[in-house]
Amino acid sequence: MFKKFTMAAVAVSFSASSSFAATNITWWHGMGGRNGEVINEVAQKFNASQTSCAITPVSKGSYEEALAAGIAAFRSGEQPNILQVFDAGAATIINAKGAVIPAEDLINKSGYKFDRNAFIPGVRYLYAAADGKFVGMPFNSSAPIMYTNPEALKKAGVEAPKTWEEFEAIAPKLKEAGYIPLVQTQLTWEFTENFFSRNNIQFATNNNGYDSIVDTKLKVTDPNLIMMFEKLKAWKDEGYFAYYGAGWNDNQKPFEEGKVALWIGSSGSFGGLKKTATMPFSATFLPYWGSINGAGKNTFIGGAALFAMAGKPEAENKCVADFFQFLTSPEIQKFYHQATGYVAITEAAYELAKKEGYYEKEPVAEVGIKQLKLEGGEWSKGYRLGFYPQIRSIMEREYNRIFAGETTVKDAFDTIEKEGNELLARFAKTAG
Amino acid sequence: MAYTPSQPRFGRFIPGFAAGARKPAAVAEPAGAKRVQFSPSLIPYLFLAPQLAVIFIFFYWPSVQAVQSSFYIEDPFGFGATFVGFANYTDAIFSPEYLSIAKFTVVFTGLVTFFSLALGLLLAVKADAVIRGSSAYKTLLISVYAIAPPVAGLIGMMFFDLHIGPFVKLAAWFGWDMQVGLNYYDTAFALIVVAVWKQIPYNFIFFLSGLQGVPVSVREAATIDCRSGFRRFWTVTLPLLAPTAFFLLIINITYALFDTFGVIDVMVKDKPANNPITLVYKVYMDGFRGNDIGSSSAQSVILMIVVFVLTIIQFRFIEKRIHYT
Repeated sequence: MFKKFTMAAVAVSFSASSSFAATNITWWHGMGGRNGEVINEVAQKFNASQTSCAITPVSKGSYEEALAAGIAAFRSGEQPNILQVFDAGAATIINAKGAVIPAEDLINKSGYKFDRNAFIPGVRYLYAAADGKFVGMPFNSSAPIMYTNPEALKKAGVEAPKTWEEFEAIAPKLKEAGYIPLVQTQLTWEFTENFFSRNNIQFATNNNGYDSIVDTKLKVTDPNLIMMFEKLKAWKDEGYFAYYGAGWNDNQKPFEEGKVALWIGSSGSFGGLKKTATMPFSATFLPYWGSINGAGKNTFIGGAALFAMAGKPEAENKCVADFFQFLTSPEIQKFYHQATGYVAITEAAYELAKKEGYYEKEPVAEVGIKQLKLEGGEWSKGYRLGFYPQIRSIMEREYNRIFAGETTVKDAFDTIEKEGNELLARFAKTAG
Repeated sequence: MAYTPSQPRFGRFIPGFAAGARKPAAVAEPAGAKRVQFSPSLIPYLFLAPQLAVIFIFFYWPSVQAVQSSFYIEDPFGFGATFVGFANYTDAIFSPEYLSIAKFTVVFTGLVTFFSLALGLLLAVKADAVIRGSSAYKTLLISVYAIAPPVAGLIGMMFFDLHIGPFVKLAAWFGWDMQVGLNYYDTAFALIVVAVWKQIPYNFIFFLSGLQGVPVSVREAATIDCRSGFRRFWTVTLPLLAPTAFFLLIINITYALFDTFGVIDVMVKDKPANNPITLVYKVYMDGFRGNDIGSSSAQSVILMIVVFVLTIIQFRFIEKRIHYT
């Protein structure tokens, strides 16, 4: 009996000491549901893969809540080692000089070799500094793609459109076949930010905001963007386009129910859609305007990146570097890509999944990656705009008003540009 | 981010307590009574200390911080701040968006207060008339109050859902194409309905106990004097209910201004767009979602001033007209 006790005590002290030896790091994120579970699985895999570091993921609610929690924690010196920040919040954290250690520096300092070209093209710039240095580590990345309802296309006797001109030609047939031809899920991301990249048009001055936050101005009164929204309004009036509001699910639902022929959604919606869609579905690239010179370029990513917060001990920073390295390894990227539907962010992971024949089984999973790998243009790299979540709110408000007939497209974009520029000017002052 | 309810919450569950706590300033002392003088001691202050500490830490300290940061435009992470004087205030007050939200807040507060008071009173009068089984009515009506605001918002959202909401289907029968989350006025309608629904039980229970506090002798005398039940209610019962009603008015205004936050958050959270929100929600949006601490602080200071003015008006002018028995 006594022997058993000592054995147990020894065993306990051993396991305790081994866990004490490991450096603990924390990871705050804004993912829930299935995606949150996958994050826990990734953390477990990392903890099992080595003995010197132990990572603890903590869900902080939504993207916005995670960012707010991270900021509050940083101000009181209690910041986590890793913070997940979404695309629209990137300028907030990247412009706060000293809040984060650039991922590239961290990885290089820890003795790994960092290769920007290992990442697929659409992923390289959104969380990088103006000189291309990775500040955030891209994590869950997605692209806006066009999901299709093959039944509807077949019934109408048409092909999925590559350009908006083709869409205009087939929309009446789809409507005649009894379907709503087109819906989308987020006008700001899919029809504004990515409109600029896909059609290769400048979004904001100062190199889309990358060069400086001072005097950066929006260029949303671009005639092409105005034309796009005038078309959307006309399509809506004709019954070719339906708009159910700014809520993501409100617009996705009719597609899942099989009432809609074409839906612009996120490539990251693929996993969920497989469970909820009541009919077979397929996907293709986000359309562009054939009439715009130089259109048809790649899009940049949406989603979120991981940032290594500053002010932490060296040993913990080393663990963060180890974790980033682990996260971008082809096996883990492939696992994450397949478990969630987000795109694989490195070429190696993509090749690995391809070699396994994953895309023959799930061709839809490849569409986002292929779109991100399209030829890049001058303006398809991304944008860096401060107070951007509020600018998005202004856009959403005005877009709603356009479709409600409360304002004209021209006036709406004048308002967005005016109020947006005021916010950008305010943001420039925060760095003062 | 500090704001204050216009009223301290003591006595929330004791009808008539908060409102009736006022006593005449000088109480005549019975002749020959001996005045007992206690020597000043530290003990009363010690008893007060925890409460004062709570008030200081959770109210005064954040308020001072809010006032301070309202004069700066600050980097969210706290690395740099630029002193901008009153720019945050002028930016807020002169922005058309702020004004339209302020306008909505006033309308929203007025409608929610009016309807939740009126319906609460109506239900209470009806329940008061029922002698048998009144406790069952009370329990049924008050139980809604136990629902947390976000849950109420969630239920409201389901009722008004664009695709599956039963209220939307109901409205469609009458030819009303209700689009909550898309149409400004439909969303406002839904918000007001859910906010009122949530507050009725609270008003109901206070009015009911207020009604039951009306002396039977007074009622009987009124019955002899006046045959019209409606006039009896207007001229006798309602004035006697005034202290309760005044207390509820304050509580309801506070509720509509601040406590509806949860309902609004759940109903319009992921669809910001062109939806109506109240000023408190805008403070939260700019501060927590937009990370614009300076503007958010300035707005919360504006709200503090509004509440301060409201409190003064309520106690200076309205309460004077209330007769306490």
